[in-house]
Amino acid sequence: MMVELVNVYKRLGGRNILNGLSVSIDRGETLVIVGPSGTGKSVTLNHIIGLMAPDRGSIRVMGREVPELSARELREYRSKVGMLFQSGALLGWMTVYDNIALPLRERFRMPEGKIREKVGEILAFLNMTDSAEKFPNEISGGMQKRAGLARAVVCDPEIMLYDEPTSGLDPVMSRKIDALIVSLQKRFGMTSVVVTHDLCSAFGIADRIAMLSGGQVVEFGTPEQFKNSKNELVREFIHAQFSIHIQTGG
Amino acid sequence: MIISYEPDSFPPAGDPVSRLGRRCGMFLRDVGRGTLLVLQAFAGIPRALAASRGDIGRALGQCGIRSFGVTSTVALFTGMILALQAGLILRAYGQEMRVGYLVSQTMFREMGPFMTALILAASVGAAMAAQMGTMKVSQEIAALEVLSINPIHFLVTPRLIAMMLMTPVLTVYTDFIGILGGALVANTQLDVSWTAYYDNVKFLLTGREIWVGFFKAWVFSVLITGISCFQGLSASDGAVGVGIATRRSVVICFLTVLITGYIITRIFY
Repeated sequence: MMVELVNVYKRLGGRNILNGLSVSIDRGETLVIVGPSGTGKSVTLNHIIGLMAPDRGSIRVMGREVPELSARELREYRSKVGMLFQSGALLGWMTVYDNIALPLRERFRMPEGKIREKVGEILAFLNMTDSAEKFPNEISGGMQKRAGLARAVVCDPEIMLYDEPTSGLDPVMSRKIDALIVSLQKRFGMTSVVVTHDLCSAFGIADRIAMLSGGQVVEFGTPEQFKNSKNELVREFIHAQFSIHIQTGG
Repeated sequence: MIISYEPDSFPPAGDPVSRLGRRCGMFLRDVGRGTLLVLQAFAGIPRALAASRGDIGRALGQCGIRSFGVTSTVALFTGMILALQAGLILRAYGQEMRVGYLVSQTMFREMGPFMTALILAASVGAAMAAQMGTMKVSQEIAALEVLSINPIHFLVTPRLIAMMLMTPVLTVYTDFIGILGGALVANTQLDVSWTAYYDNVKFLLTGREIWVGFFKAWVFSVLITGISCFQGLSASDGAVGVGIATRRSVVICFLTVLITGYIITRIFY
């Protein structure tokens, strides 16, 4: 098991956000976590990466109990995990190239020649070579997400975490990001955890889907099992998404 | 954890004593976290100097060159006001030629470091808090942590180095501009000759005044950087949170500079 969360509880701002959450992810698998807002999807990712500590429960990643890692062990662990943030989280005063090169320079202290080679390769893979010398405010939201993705995968992580990778993007760009996630998965064989509201995206990229509600997993299965779920919450969630699509489409 | 990604959440405190107790507890927690932040920033100095990424130069420009205009104006008028107020009283006793002594002592001992620190806290410190706060709420700080890059070494240390270098320089500059402002008023409005004013400035002005002024400036630079960066890195809740962090950083810097200034003066004089 690559990632295993067992009975995780977390209280934030006077509310129980995670309420005995248990979920496991196999090596090389893409798990998509869906659910309404405020059910603890992003908080789950923050626990896996060690930005938040649980009140109770176990978070085991690559055989290590994340909340028990020392600062040094946490740094070492994080160098094997990449994360794409909702906003891209690029540093505004650096070009796209420097943003992507940042972890290689600061964390791995690679020589500039090797950095150029690695960054060039990932920029070419993501079709971003023309944007290398631009600043984040000079490129679109979709491009910012791709640049954030490039920065996250440039260190060859074993696990990739995606926090709302398609939020704020038009449908065409959303499908492009989905395609990138699938192609990165195939190329690097990473284990991926994707948090999204977007069921189209979930059905397109997931090996398995977990639906959260009230800080717990209420449905867990393959996209096909998820579509045919008898769970009322799941049916309501699927119905709401597609009825919105019909309304906006019509 | 110095930088927290979780909002503060406590059960509601009913009575005023509980609320006061909670506030005291949070104040002590923040003092502890702020102190650890400054210590970590100091620990990052050798690496920041070795890396020479250019961010120290950028920070030097921001807290030094961009502050020269406002510092010059404030220093000039502080010296002029000091000379005018003191000179008018001294004139009543026929001692207006002593105005140079009074202006130089006041500028070197107190007003130079104090005024410079207030200007830097309101301009550079507020900018630091706002930038750190914006980076925190837009997840850039979290992104650095996830990339295994220490945000304190990467962001705070270059600013600390720049402030520690520029604050004493600006303080000495403020001292001299203030004395020059005093000389202008003394000469044009109090009929004190340049030579008499200059002789009085030299009179009793020892190395001690200069070094204590330097020391004060250095302490203030560490306090302003630490408080501003800590407040920025503690921001949450979007733009409103950044605004609160910036305001809090300026207020805390002003009060801390004032109190610390008094303590240092009490120790050395």
